[in-house]
Amino acid sequence: MGVSGPPSANTPAPLLEEPAIVVDRLTKHYGDLEAVRGVSFSVPTGETFGFLGPNGAGKSTTISMLCTLLRPTSGHARVAGADVVGEQGKVRSRIGLVFQDPTLDEYLTAEENLRFHAQLYGVPEAILGPRLQQVLEMVELWDRRGEVVRNFSGGMRRRLEIARGLLHSPRVLFLDEPTVGLDPQTRAHIWSYIETLRRAEQITIFLTTHYMDEAEHCDRIAIIDDGEIVALDTPEALKEAVGRDRIEIAVEDTEAAITSLKARFGVDAALSEGMVTFYVENGEEFVPRLFSESELAIHSIRVARPTLDDVFMAYTGRTIRDAEASGMDQLRASARFRARRR
Amino acid sequence: MTVALPAVVSVREAGGTFSSDLRGVRVVWRRELIRFSRDRTRMVTSLIQPVLFLFILGTGLSTIARSTAGVSFKTFMFPGIIGMTVLFTAVFSAMSIVWDREFGFLREMLVAPVKRWSIVLGKCFGGMTVATIQGVIFLCLAGAVGVPYQPVMLVELVGEMALMAFALTGFGILLASRIQQMQSFQVVVQFFVMPMFFLSGAMFPLSGLPSWLTALTKIDPLTYAVDPLREAVFSHLKVSPAALRALDPGVSWNGWRLPVPLELGIVAVMATVLLGAAMVAFSRTE
Repeated sequence: MGVSGPPSANTPAPLLEEPAIVVDRLTKHYGDLEAVRGVSFSVPTGETFGFLGPNGAGKSTTISMLCTLLRPTSGHARVAGADVVGEQGKVRSRIGLVFQDPTLDEYLTAEENLRFHAQLYGVPEAILGPRLQQVLEMVELWDRRGEVVRNFSGGMRRRLEIARGLLHSPRVLFLDEPTVGLDPQTRAHIWSYIETLRRAEQITIFLTTHYMDEAEHCDRIAIIDDGEIVALDTPEALKEAVGRDRIEIAVEDTEAAITSLKARFGVDAALSEGMVTFYVENGEEFVPRLFSESELAIHSIRVARPTLDDVFMAYTGRTIRDAEASGMDQLRASARFRARRR
Repeated sequence: MTVALPAVVSVREAGGTFSSDLRGVRVVWRRELIRFSRDRTRMVTSLIQPVLFLFILGTGLSTIARSTAGVSFKTFMFPGIIGMTVLFTAVFSAMSIVWDREFGFLREMLVAPVKRWSIVLGKCFGGMTVATIQGVIFLCLAGAVGVPYQPVMLVELVGEMALMAFALTGFGILLASRIQQMQSFQVVVQFFVMPMFFLSGAMFPLSGLPSWLTALTKIDPLTYAVDPLREAVFSHLKVSPAALRALDPGVSWNGWRLPVPLELGIVAVMATVLLGAAMVAFSRTE
């Protein structure tokens, strides 16, 4: 989008008349199956918004509707200032998409893939050159632009897809499982690109993932389960809402420590794997108190926040891995696995 | 990379305008050509089949084909084999859509801010160009089977090949829009392409056949594309009227021989209908 003048990291995004994404009671039925049941939310410009949920929860269906690939059964959605049903062309030219399954032409070079995309999206020739270099350098593929994609690894392909999704300067970038099937190192790399991106270009990022640790990168998270949004907030707030921090301390005399903790702070501590373990409302505030108000000889201490896994568990009643393992999802997963192997 | 990236591009609204759709046609077409030029093996292998048909089968059959009235059977087959080259190249080219679907690239095209028809049209022009190029390469062998390199004839043939290739690519895309897997492609070849090819008069003259077979050849749309190719060749050969009657009988409806322009008109109408149907079928996918 057109940011005029020298952009700096602290300049607020230009005030648009509406948020980047506005979803109002969106539903999608497949026959009797209600894949998405009246979902409403909005994503302000510049936000990184995480859309979490197990496969089959309505995640992909929702993202497809927002990308104009699926027509909603009812409800409305506006993306980048245009209606996803009535103004398909506008929405499509203002969004970038990175799908979980590869969508590159393996017989073309990296640069040819990007040029194809640029021409389809009407990027003017005059600025295509510098823009091409910019996005390829960002994903560290500039040196390999002349190679055919067939020779690229899975991680390189995903990086190229991210570069391509950005090529036409979309206002909203959709990343559908951007790191699925990649090794941890490549995953970390991709996240660093996303971080760079949201600092450098003030674009709104809408991403789905079922890696709970990755959801931490988001400004806000929505958890979708069974076609409905069951939670929506910042990762911090979601974890806070779930509960208390876990504190583990290593001491010489564990029995004395447990007694002392109960007497002084009223907490029920227990021995767990050699560590005295207990739960408090706010671990960061408790630690200074622990040191100033008790005479315990503490060798080491660990404060663990609830993870988003705990959040998911709290809202859906199961862990995301359990949810994954239901029969239907396994079918889908294996279908996708086959698709990727080809 | 740590330097703040300046926003160099402003989004130009690509959606909805006619010129952006035309650009889509051009981009899809160009991609087909890049892929074709890069795939040398495909270029060579798709010429092996017609060469085998012409020089092995043609030579073999000419020993028993007695009614050719002084004309080599290979000369007779030549325009038919040109038709075959175009037929297979065009249908294979259209089938790349199925390939694109399997490998995901189709999605990249379907989500772009261009109309679906522009993708279909680009594919059609791509298939047309590729099939015509293959036909032209094959045309170079004319001298080997006693067909002169007569400029008017060559121009006629190239034009007819292009029209035929366009119609056949449209047909292929229509089929491809219904096919989810590459494996189904064999079925298409056996059910549609081979019968069309055999009934078209590419391999044997459509004269003196049993009436049931004659009826089938007239239903085959490819008949109306192969006959102009043959007439273009035979009108530039010096052969006896008897040979012409036997080898270039043309296509008749109720004893009336169809003129070439009408046959080409039939092909053009079919091309339009197939293209339209392919566009409709394609706009319904996903």
